[in-house]
Amino acid sequence: MTLFQGRRILAGAMTLVAAAALAACGSKTTDENSSAGVAADVSGDTVKVGLLNSLSGTMAISEVTVRDSIMLAIEEINAAGGVLGKKIQPVGEDGASDWPTFAEKAEKLIREDRVAAVFGCWTSASRKAVKPVFEKNKALLFYPVQYEGLEQSPYIFYTGATTNQQIVPGLDYLKAQGAKSLYLVGSDYVFPRTANKIIKAYAEANGMAVLGEDYAPLGSTEFGTITNKVKSSGADAVFNTLNGDSNVAFFKEYKSAGLTAASMPVVSVSIAEEEVKSIGTQYLEGQLTAWNYYQTTAGAANEKFVAAYKARYGADKPTSDPMEAAYVSVHLWKAMVEKAGSFDVEKVREASNGITFDAPEGLVTVDGATQHIAKTARIGKVGADGLITEVWNSGEPITPDPYLKSYPWAGGLS
Amino acid sequence: MTTVARDPVTADPVPPPEKPAAGPSRHRYRAAVGFAFGAALLFAVAPLLLSDFRLSLLAKYLCVAMVAVGIGLAWGRGGMLALGQGVFFGLGGYAMAMHLKLADAGPGAMPDFMLLYGQLDELPLWWRPFASPWFALPATVLLPMAVAFVLGSLVFRRRVRGAYFAILSQALAAAMVILLIGQQGTTGGTNGLTDIQGFFGYDLDDPVNQRMVYFIIAGTLLALLALARHLMQSRYGELLVAVRDGEERVRFLGYDPATVKLVAYVVAAGMAGLAGALFVPAVGIISPALIGIVPSIEFVIGVAVGGRATLLGPVLGAVAVAWARTALSERFPGTWTYLQGLLFVVVVAFLPGGLASLIGLARRRDDGERPGLLRRLRRRAAEVSP
Repeated sequence: MTLFQGRRILAGAMTLVAAAALAACGSKTTDENSSAGVAADVSGDTVKVGLLNSLSGTMAISEVTVRDSIMLAIEEINAAGGVLGKKIQPVGEDGASDWPTFAEKAEKLIREDRVAAVFGCWTSASRKAVKPVFEKNKALLFYPVQYEGLEQSPYIFYTGATTNQQIVPGLDYLKAQGAKSLYLVGSDYVFPRTANKIIKAYAEANGMAVLGEDYAPLGSTEFGTITNKVKSSGADAVFNTLNGDSNVAFFKEYKSAGLTAASMPVVSVSIAEEEVKSIGTQYLEGQLTAWNYYQTTAGAANEKFVAAYKARYGADKPTSDPMEAAYVSVHLWKAMVEKAGSFDVEKVREASNGITFDAPEGLVTVDGATQHIAKTARIGKVGADGLITEVWNSGEPITPDPYLKSYPWAGGLS
Repeated sequence: MTTVARDPVTADPVPPPEKPAAGPSRHRYRAAVGFAFGAALLFAVAPLLLSDFRLSLLAKYLCVAMVAVGIGLAWGRGGMLALGQGVFFGLGGYAMAMHLKLADAGPGAMPDFMLLYGQLDELPLWWRPFASPWFALPATVLLPMAVAFVLGSLVFRRRVRGAYFAILSQALAAAMVILLIGQQGTTGGTNGLTDIQGFFGYDLDDPVNQRMVYFIIAGTLLALLALARHLMQSRYGELLVAVRDGEERVRFLGYDPATVKLVAYVVAAGMAGLAGALFVPAVGIISPALIGIVPSIEFVIGVAVGGRATLLGPVLGAVAVAWARTALSERFPGTWTYLQGLLFVVVVAFLPGGLASLIGLARRRDDGERPGLLRRLRRRAAEVSP
């Protein structure tokens, strides 16, 4: 082919592009109708809800348990007659531990399946990826995992703890135990980095010294250096925001370096019953965790939940905080819909304030202003049997404060 | 004596380039018909048949296909296994996203995430030029090309080849991801840059504007295909294939193989950068998860499935793999990864030349070997019919 012909094709293609761009020029002014949400399809005798969890990839091990407990709640509600007389039909999608995939699947659930609400997401990155999708389509997401706060979307209900219901009580507990210095260890992503910023602000205001701060890439298993630094720092306690597999390597190194729960306790905020099982009880015995729920939490509601979960998925399956929060979120949505008398998103949001549910973790109340829920903070200690038992709780549900506005030391954070 | 051309990386026989036997006029005719067909498919059929959501997914696939066109050139024709195209995709994507974030925030204001995580008092110095579209838009293509030029100059002059080149590309992708995640305050960390609202004044929430973005992407892909075709058919294209098949021989003929490879590598990087830049308005997000080692490999998988040495193979492969991923994961959310793996194995085992070789298989003439598939089918049809 000669140069001349090639150029002609090139020029032709360019003209095509220009023509297409001109022909397709969109509207600069957005009228209200075009960006209005897609109404949920509730014409039949069922109502669809979306389940958006990672069923493959690095997060699958945690998120599958959340999916299981959402399914349990749906089955319970359907057995009791459904919501507003309609049976719930779950539509599952795999977020694949990949944030743009979460956004794609969220859009699919809302626009193609026309679900009334979506339950799921775990990592903050996946939540940040789907947030614009839910806001654009005016659809509802129930997010069941503790997170770093500093967020409040009108189309997300946060049923896990925000920082003042988990991290701040954890720090309060350490302070009451006489800890004067801390060492911060975390995975390298948004939650640990933001959590550590909050921890440093707290420490400064409360006369605690932060002797070091180290991050390991997600999935890293190389903790020799970090444990040595932790050991030589001589800190009174370690605040651990590591996620996933890294915890296994960290706690093994920690033990082999001669550090124990008695000499230098570690407070973890991402280790629940499921993770204790995979890390190994011998490495974790006596260490502390901060959550709002444990499998051992007392109360009839929890006994019923644990029994139902084990009956459905197997006697060896533990229940954990994110699973409980996911289970609660389905029941809260049902209560909101029934109070509103409609599946309409705006009506459900309006009805949300003050909705209560006798949850396995104790009574929870939806705060309509922040769309978070009031929860009781609980510090637990890992026992020899792999279960976590409570050593302290806040006594009453703590009102959510995602931007930490009621804490003077947190003034510069948001 | 006949020698089979071997791929320098995998030592597989490389399909010979198309024979220019048919004469220039027929070639021109076929290319024009092909482009017209592609344009009709992308501009008329797809928008009519697909819902807004499916069309936006297609826009995303076409962006991946743009990267694939570049890889087809660098790897299929040039023999450079570019396993780090995510870096260039990311540079283009971030350059575009930075501009759009700044435009969303308004003049003089800072993007939302920076106020949240960065606790900065003012915009960092290296963000400032991206406020201007006259800087940001060219940067989406020129920045990746410049990085590819620097890297390529160092690597090709030193005659780094094959697996070593692939490993180096991967290391670059890994390094870039670590850098981005570490600078959460100024890059958004693992979250990346999300929640992009507008595209040069057009509200991206509006389905009409989403459609416009799709048309721009489709048009750009066709233009890149035309450019790739032009390069492949030119004297340079012949030289590139010659370097792939016998670098030392080309050197003895008086050409500098390093320069020849560098051009293909830089062009491929520019294409990946453009793809990244257009991906951002189509999907509304760019994050380290899209540019690391795994997505870089996925780009190459698409090309391998489609057939790397052909013009259309990489595009078809990239779209087919991305589409299969969506379709399988929607139908079988629990087991789709196994099915996808199975699909790759089947293609590699039974169609080593990729999907594009299916066309060749069907069209093969009776040249002493087995008759072509089409001919065989026709013959059988003739036997069956009375």
